[in-house]
Amino acid sequence: MKPCRYRLLALLAVGLLLAACQSHPPLPFRLTNVSGHMPPLAFSLTNDQGKPVTAADYRGKVVLLYFGYTHCPDVCPLTMAHLHVVMDRLGALASGAQILFVTVDPGRDTPAVLHSYVHAFDSHAVGLTGSAGAIETLVKRYRSAFTREPASKDGSYEVSHSSAIYLFDREGNPRVLYTPADSQDDLVHDLHLLLSSGSPS
Amino acid sequence: MKPYLACALLACLLPAAGVHAAAADHVRASHGWLRVLPGSLPAAGYVILHNEGDQPAELTGASTVAYARVMLHQSSMQGGMSRMSMIDALPVPAHGKAVLAPGGYHLMLMQPATTVTPGQHVRVLLKFSDGSSLPTEFIARPANALDDGDTHARPTTHAGG
Repeated sequence: MKPCRYRLLALLAVGLLLAACQSHPPLPFRLTNVSGHMPPLAFSLTNDQGKPVTAADYRGKVVLLYFGYTHCPDVCPLTMAHLHVVMDRLGALASGAQILFVTVDPGRDTPAVLHSYVHAFDSHAVGLTGSAGAIETLVKRYRSAFTREPASKDGSYEVSHSSAIYLFDREGNPRVLYTPADSQDDLVHDLHLLLSSGSPS
Repeated sequence: MKPYLACALLACLLPAAGVHAAAADHVRASHGWLRVLPGSLPAAGYVILHNEGDQPAELTGASTVAYARVMLHQSSMQGGMSRMSMIDALPVPAHGKAVLAPGGYHLMLMQPATTVTPGQHVRVLLKFSDGSSLPTEFIARPANALDDGDTHARPTTHAGG
């Protein structure tokens, strides 16, 4: 009985050591693997309740980071509607996921506008805004981009922006990139992997 | 004698009728729906146009009492960037169709006159380059809808519902 227990303890110790050494355990992702190729999630923004937040507030959650804006009636809602379907497909696991919708149009997207917008799509989404500088820093951190297009006569304008969604593990490390060309099944598959690995803190 | 005369007359008239028929007379619209966003945010309109005539038609715009402005737009993806641009006309080929669908061609409807709520029917006048217009019913759908009547899209509905 006793040797058996020691062996189990030794195995556990080795397992813990391995886990400690390898902060990015390889997972059989189907989407573009960006593990180790991008910096960990970091930002200082304002959430859709008007409260200041940093990336640390979302540690323990698998984060889906998306840049968009609320006056975008077609592509952003389509992306968010797809994410809503994805969350439904994840079932109970979805409670470990957090969609961060970061506006690239802070001039028009107040916390209140963002709040009603993201909640029209999915309960796992939070809208984030902030100073133009803070948003640009985050966009550049992930080699993303956005451009404000010239305004029309009535002052309305469009913002061209990256269409990718960045997926971070519970420790805030970037793991995979999802683009509209990728399949929804692959996104669900990779989210399953991320949500099933590591325990929520 | 008479039937011959009638035939001759028809033969003369038919090609002329084909040329002069208004686009709105031979274009049929189906699956019209609006993606309604909260507050006074712009909505997107989607529809399928079937041209049942021998002549090409061209959608150039739309109007409705429910929104102050309606524009014909196209979303596109270039080098990982998503952009939206205004277009002047969308061709509907003879005996073909034009599809306005999420992620591509769509109507952008700005400044709602009153709050448009999901389930509501909105009458939109689709305008063609020959000056004719086609009244079309669009059904208002929630923000997270994917088409004119899917079952996924109600925030309170769960899988299997």
